[in-house]
Amino acid sequence: MTKKTVIEKIWENHVVNREEGKPDLLYIDLHLVHEVTSPQAFEGLRMNGRRVRRPDLTYATMDHNVPTINRHIINDPVSKTQIQTLEQNCREFGIELADIDHPDQGIVHVIGPQLGLTQPGKTIVCGDSHTSTHGAFGALSFGIGTSEVEHVLATQTLWQQRPKTLQIKVNGKLGFGVTAKDIILAIIAKFGVNAGTGYVMEYTGEAIRNLSMEERMTICNMSIEAGARAGLVSPDETTVEFLRGRRYAPQGEEFEEAAARWLALATDEGAEYDKTLEIDAAEIEPQVTWGTNPSMGSGISGSVPSPDQFNREADKESVRLALEYMGLEAGTKLSDIPVDFVFIGSCTNSRISDLRAAAEVAKGRKVKDHVTAIVVPGSQTVKQQAEAEGLDKVFIEAGFQWRESGCSMCLAMNDDIVPPGKRCASTSNRNFEGRQGNGARTHLVSPSMAAAAAVTGQFTDVRELSSVNQ
Amino acid sequence: MQPINEFSGIVCPLNRPNIDTDQIIPKQFLKRIERQGFGQFVFYHWRFDDDGNKREDFVMNKTQYKNAEVLVAGENFGCGSSREHAPWALLDYGFRVIIASSYADIFYNNSVKNGILAVKLTEEEVATIMERSKEEGYSIHVNLEEQSVKDDKGFTANFDIDPYWKKMLLNGWDEISVTLTDEDHIRKYEEKMYGKQYS
Ligand code: SF4
Repeated sequence: MTKKTVIEKIWENHVVNREEGKPDLLYIDLHLVHEVTSPQAFEGLRMNGRRVRRPDLTYATMDHNVPTINRHIINDPVSKTQIQTLEQNCREFGIELADIDHPDQGIVHVIGPQLGLTQPGKTIVCGDSHTSTHGAFGALSFGIGTSEVEHVLATQTLWQQRPKTLQIKVNGKLGFGVTAKDIILAIIAKFGVNAGTGYVMEYTGEAIRNLSMEERMTICNMSIEAGARAGLVSPDETTVEFLRGRRYAPQGEEFEEAAARWLALATDEGAEYDKTLEIDAAEIEPQVTWGTNPSMGSGISGSVPSPDQFNREADKESVRLALEYMGLEAGTKLSDIPVDFVFIGSCTNSRISDLRAAAEVAKGRKVKDHVTAIVVPGSQTVKQQAEAEGLDKVFIEAGFQWRESGCSMCLAMNDDIVPPGKRCASTSNRNFEGRQGNGARTHLVSPSMAAAAAVTGQFTDVRELSSVNQ
Repeated sequence: MQPINEFSGIVCPLNRPNIDTDQIIPKQFLKRIERQGFGQFVFYHWRFDDDGNKREDFVMNKTQYKNAEVLVAGENFGCGSSREHAPWALLDYGFRVIIASSYADIFYNNSVKNGILAVKLTEEEVATIMERSKEEGYSIHVNLEEQSVKDDKGFTANFDIDPYWKKMLLNGWDEISVTLTDEDHIRKYEEKMYGKQYS
């Protein structure tokens, strides 16, 4: 039998029709829906008199626009309309919805795994590029546009070109104080923002195997920042144990059967990839980005580069523009850059283990006076769990604001906005111009590095901070 | 969507790599529930300053590019968010053709589905068009059937496009209607995998 990757196995299981000269028609097992990218799709269905083919495989929530304080007061009438439109559409088309008052509400990529909707071997789509998050379970999951959302609603299928496969192998063991976020930022810094374009990536290697499911989600989440629509980790015992007992996962006897099927999906020993890139875990330091795309970053011991250090004209120019936007001088040490805001949240880093890591640094320390620091749990469930563990108190005592769940300052569509010219240490995934607010300057970091920046007022190597503490 | 085959238009150069969809259409404009009307917001923060005044030095604001219908841009165009508001905004503003050496996957798909022809040329070819488009009134002629791009000064190039996408664009098909003709296959798949019929 030919040896296959997890990507090829899932693909083959979902081909509805294959014809010469056409992409494959793939069946979709789970369609997640949120308020921003769906209204025009539902409108399209209505205009053509179509229905939702599989409401039972469709699940909706609201996350992008929702306020994180005073949840029921949405000041912006346009945001309000968008939220009401989703409620109405879900009612009309019979789709299950975790609305603002629902205990399961949260960021779509946090709640899918938490509820056990996300499972190995599934094809999962959502009108959101960070759908790659669900790949952590060994699911083929990718972001789609609104036309494709409409297509999936109407037909439960998508036309897809068979992707090339890219193995990203993370060898060896991570050093003390280095997290999953640092792995993925280091991968993107090393290989670039379009290393994965046209590919589906699989993360392999000892360092990946040793990660928890939440850490794997952080990595797969940012696959899109390396250009890949999807990034997976082969299912293993860690995957199975995470899913055991979750509400939408199979139960009892059925779970054991499913688990055996899931484990069999893992990439076969000796299967071939179209391309392989490798990185050593031991060489990865805590990362900080300095520019306006996620590849513009380095270890905390590094400095802001000069455009002259780059070879290609296009790169020189984009680094020059980035430094201008970020208000940074070439040669400045990253650990000398002060911050004004700290945001701990987003579908990359708002799960319970992220909050624990940040709280550990915050505990017994104080947020610097000039810094505004907010913590936004990824879902209501994460929020409750954190409160049960007393993390909210740790944060509040240290001077952080403790909020309700949502996307919040990751893209600043609600009222959580970084003002122009202000600098934010953020655990989110995009440092694009204006992402956190017009003129806002975003530096991507891990949760513990974000907490360290909050309590020292500047980027600080969290490993030094921890040793002071010990 | 509107079919497209032969198209000629004035070229506007946007010489930056990695232009992300947050730049093409900033998030504050994603709250609308319609597909139309996004053109006025395209590249909003590059076209307008914080007080909403036009930035006269930004290329799209120059009079010579006022009627541009072809956008030529740096590599990895359309990276980032999957928002289809990006192609909606480009199209609504008047761009029917985009030229770049590479595109982000999701953006490329979204463009095709809206009848935008996103042409992939080599870096050298893109550089040539970028340079020539500095001249007032510079236009190019795209022919999808032939998969060619030409200008009036002897530049010619060919581009690759997936045959399926090509057919979609040439015919302006509604993809859902096409897929629904595959109903038998979908039903068979559902019976096999889910043991049930859903249509
Ligand atoms: S948290 Fe940010 S990246 Fe994630 S889904 Fe929300 S807006 Fe998108």
